[in-house]
Amino acid sequence: MRNLKTLMLLCLLFPLNSLAQSGGAVHEYRLDNGMKVIVKEDHRSPVLVSQVWYKVGSSYEHDGITGISHALEHMMFKGTKNYGPNEFSRIIAENGGRENAFTSRDYTAYFQQLEKSRLEISFKLEADRMRHLLLKPEEFAKEVKVVMEERRMRTDDSPQALTYEQFNAVAYLNSPYRIPVIGWMGDLENLRADDLKRWYGLWYAPNNAVLVVAGDVDPQQVLALAKKHFGPLKPSKLEPLKQRQEIPQVGTRRLTVKAPAELPYLMMGYKAPPRTANPDEWEPYALEVLAGILDGGSSARFAKHLVRDTQIAAQAGAGYDLDSRDQSLFIIDGTPSQGHDIAELEQALREQVKRVRDELASEDELKRVKAQVIASDVYQLDSVFYQAMKIGSLESMGLSWKIGEQYLERVKAVTAEQVREVARKYLVDDGLTVAVLDPQPIDEERARRMQQGQQGGGNHVR
Amino acid sequence: MYVKSGTTTIKMTARRWALIGATLAGVFAAGIVAASPKIETWTTANGARVYFVPAPELPIVDVRVVFDAGSAKDAGKDGVAQLTNGLLGEGAGELNADQIAERFEGLGAQFGGDAQRDMAIVSLRSLTEPSLLAPALATLATVLTQPTFPADAFERERTRTLVALRSQEESPEDIASKAFFAALYPGHPYGTPPLGSEASIKALSRDDLVNFYQRYYVARNATLAIVGAVDRAAAEKIAEQVAGQLPAGQAAAIVPAAPLPAEAKLTRLDYPSGQTHILLGQPGVTRDDPDYFPLYVGNHILGGSGLVSRISDEVREKRGLSYSSYSYFVPMRAAGPFTAGLQTRNDQADQALTVLQDVMKEFIAKGPKDAELTAAKKNITGGFALRLDSNSKIVENLAMIGFYQLPLDYLDTFNKRIEAVTAAQIRDAFQRRIHPQRMVTVIVGGAAAKPAP
Repeated sequence: MRNLKTLMLLCLLFPLNSLAQSGGAVHEYRLDNGMKVIVKEDHRSPVLVSQVWYKVGSSYEHDGITGISHALEHMMFKGTKNYGPNEFSRIIAENGGRENAFTSRDYTAYFQQLEKSRLEISFKLEADRMRHLLLKPEEFAKEVKVVMEERRMRTDDSPQALTYEQFNAVAYLNSPYRIPVIGWMGDLENLRADDLKRWYGLWYAPNNAVLVVAGDVDPQQVLALAKKHFGPLKPSKLEPLKQRQEIPQVGTRRLTVKAPAELPYLMMGYKAPPRTANPDEWEPYALEVLAGILDGGSSARFAKHLVRDTQIAAQAGAGYDLDSRDQSLFIIDGTPSQGHDIAELEQALREQVKRVRDELASEDELKRVKAQVIASDVYQLDSVFYQAMKIGSLESMGLSWKIGEQYLERVKAVTAEQVREVARKYLVDDGLTVAVLDPQPIDEERARRMQQGQQGGGNHVR
Repeated sequence: MYVKSGTTTIKMTARRWALIGATLAGVFAAGIVAASPKIETWTTANGARVYFVPAPELPIVDVRVVFDAGSAKDAGKDGVAQLTNGLLGEGAGELNADQIAERFEGLGAQFGGDAQRDMAIVSLRSLTEPSLLAPALATLATVLTQPTFPADAFERERTRTLVALRSQEESPEDIASKAFFAALYPGHPYGTPPLGSEASIKALSRDDLVNFYQRYYVARNATLAIVGAVDRAAAEKIAEQVAGQLPAGQAAAIVPAAPLPAEAKLTRLDYPSGQTHILLGQPGVTRDDPDYFPLYVGNHILGGSGLVSRISDEVREKRGLSYSSYSYFVPMRAAGPFTAGLQTRNDQADQALTVLQDVMKEFIAKGPKDAELTAAKKNITGGFALRLDSNSKIVENLAMIGFYQLPLDYLDTFNKRIEAVTAAQIRDAFQRRIHPQRMVTVIVGGAAAKPAP
């Protein structure tokens, strides 16, 4: 639905995970200090993207310091021994570049998009901040306020995002996947520059990083420049991460989130396994096809049956996160249409789940899902950035980029029986978490808060 | 940029222009230094203008059909442009919605549509393999030229639009944007929301859509952009196949000029959010505006270059007041908005607004410093290749050039025109065109911090 915002939107773009088989050659190197360098050639346009991936994200964190990886990502722009605050961004801008960074559960990545002759400036600056970040308390004091504003904007003032955050905290009991990437507000308030210094010291090292360059480049030149700038950096002794694997779920969990909102919203998440390096494994690919059968476009079951035929849903989606270090989730979500409520929507979604467990998908459905995956595999080559992104995300989760190369063939091999089998195995109530957004009248909430405002209290975040 | 289902957060601004003006494809106009694509153009027999760039590297074709049929043409029936566009794929020729979806998706083709204020867009991406491309194009042609607007699909999509409207009502950002356009363009076609309002949507009939379609989805009101691994002859066939059966019709009337507000206006809406959203602005520039380049480069320095802009430096870097603070021009057929904005914790709203206003006033009074101008030019011209580094970006730019009938050398001369801008021109253009004392200000949020009077 083009105007109804849904939190899951990106997750629900079904073929997002597929990795191109075709496209330019990939070259893989390792520097003496342990840093991995991967180059993908794409000579269509005189541009490149350079990305540095660190194996650290919110799933490396523990209670009390949540959000520290993301806060550190912000501070990576605030100055080193050699460059002042924001100078990194100014230099990249003067070189015609665009830059940014992103943090997820399992990685933190920094990137620059540049005209092809400007690669060296990216390496020079990235190598510098890999080891020489200053993390001044006065800079941190300002920047953590920015992060709190980011949290307010993205999560606290967005009823569906708030629901998603609490849904995760309930779906995962002991796994760090329960931690929101941006961190709990209380933890952000307690973070200090010294905490970040310690975190930086633990994870920011060449032997915990992967450099990915894609575009109109010569792999040998990229390697030579990487040796020149990253080569001299000393590796760290990395402490092995203590695994905190999610304990088996033994019964449905339900939660309600009340927030000022207009529309109710439902999320149902089933525990499901992520892709691993095991070459015999087919289940994750069958789960991908399953997600496609339910929500792989306008011809898929949710759009056809729930939105168009019965019109119980204004929007309904299904998505499965193929890549994660710990347990993944197969998530179904939706908004009821006018005249229908959450209970009716949940029942309709459960009927769809029952159908994929009971019946085989038709050959036509399977063909359509695969046709979309095959085409997307080519369409993705239109984005240099995305090609690098797929390599970096797999590598930083400890999987080889080569696993991605198998995606298309593995999906093509999935049978209707396998789809039904993963549905039967994983879409089960004992592994299910259900979150409901219960909208509170905005007008009443407005009045209540105004009253509190007049009494001079009621805002715990200040 | 979210990488995955909300698990990823980024550092920089959520670029609002991407939300508001993305389909206008040119908030940041495009161009390139040496590798500027050679644009071929012609007109179909029935009068549709076609713009074509071959891109032989990947076996993909993108077709983007743009009609002068955005919400600026709603004419009192707010929401009719979007609903008309959205209904195209819901029934056409002998096909129902299920069959249309199955046809496209069974071929791996991606079909899409959208309508913002100026443009209504219908797009297709397909592989070039003939057994896939031919039926995808045939279905696109059917959808474009023989939509049936089934009564049940109309009722359903109308109901879904009402749900979408309610979803906007729970977003302080959307509430602010709607109020901003209403205050910026009173009585002008840009002032009404493209999605319509509850009352306007309920008042629409199926006939309204049919009439809108018949009036505006015609060849002389259409621009086609084609990019992909096909040659000129094949592109001509594609254009004929897709748009050849459209009636010639007439081009739409040009949208009236958008006047500046006579005086400053303040709209304050209470909303129970933790942050206050602030928008500040006025009608800005048209696509063919003679001041466009000085204003564009000037704004790059003021608030258009992310974290290194003046606004971001004062609001975010120095004071930590906001995650995203910015300014931008959206050049449109009539003067599109010049907007500056931010969002901040409720109790900081007044301070943040003052900072934003002060930065703007200072910039208008004194213009840019030489070093800032040099840096901005380096960024814009040095990064030119990035604006055309994919077929998606090229087809968007082609459609923009075609729709607004910009000169064909627009991309070739872009860098030269950026280089030619002087600090004096920027200062002069901002002083003549940007008027803080006549701006619209919209403030949404703040219920906790700002008790109602």
